[in-house]
Amino acid sequence: MPVLGKYAATVLGAYGLSLILIAVLVAWVLWRGRQVKRALAEAEARRAGQNG
Amino acid sequence: MSLWEYANPARFMALSGRLLPWLTALAVAALGVGLLWGFFFTPDDYRQGATVKIIYLHVPSAMVAINAWFMMLVASLIWLVRRHHVSALAARAAAPVGLVMTLVALGTGAIWGQPMWGTWWAWDPRLTSFLILFLFYLGYLALWAAVDDPDTAADLTSILCLVGSVFAVLSRYAVNFWSQGLHQGASLSLDKEENVADVFYQPLLVAIGGFVLLFLALVLTGTRTQIRARRLKALVALERMG
Repeated sequence: MPVLGKYAATVLGAYGLSLILIAVLVAWVLWRGRQVKRALAEAEARRAGQNG
Repeated sequence: MSLWEYANPARFMALSGRLLPWLTALAVAALGVGLLWGFFFTPDDYRQGATVKIIYLHVPSAMVAINAWFMMLVASLIWLVRRHHVSALAARAAAPVGLVMTLVALGTGAIWGQPMWGTWWAWDPRLTSFLILFLFYLGYLALWAAVDDPDTAADLTSILCLVGSVFAVLSRYAVNFWSQGLHQGASLSLDKEENVADVFYQPLLVAIGGFVLLFLALVLTGTRTQIRARRLKALVALERMG
């Protein structure tokens, strides 16, 4: 761990905030992608069932 | 083969599906190397002390925040001129990424500014234009969500994107337009005299590469989701019609 001295809270706060925001963004993009993919697969299965 | 062939959703899905694993792996590697190198293996700055380590987050996120809007501008113009749905959906997919990057740049800037300038915030030209860019991102996403017809939403958001580009340019060049305010000039320059020192510059370039690759991976993933959502909406509409 580098010696951050009197700026430890500043530097760690900036890294913590950024990593949390980016992690939430990545998780949301992946979650939304899976949600839509599953819903589309279900809708296409229903359509295939109706057609025959 | 023409670039426009990838405006076909099926071709875009096939190509992006092949690219995504590589882009994701490269993004994780570059971000990991850039941030770890910058955080653990660079010295303190003689004036800014250890706070200089914030540069590896602040500069890349700010660059991506501004350039994401320019990418949205190009995609919006393609939609307005050639009516390719994939380009409108790519612009929509880029907006949440740009929004979060703007928030990261504003947040890290405020945290960095407090010990260096003695204040979290100032109505400085660059900070203010960046805050307005953040509000444009919010407005852009709200407009997409508010309009039910996707083509009308794409038209309206494209116009909003054109207007917001003024603030994206201002965010980038505010320091040059107005020689006042607290914010310094560009950290990266073709003029070696104005650049940050090599010891900070090299990990910074890797971190910037990581942020750009992360942006591309998230936009590709988001565009694929938007294409599927559009197809889902069409199927649900067909079901309702019986």
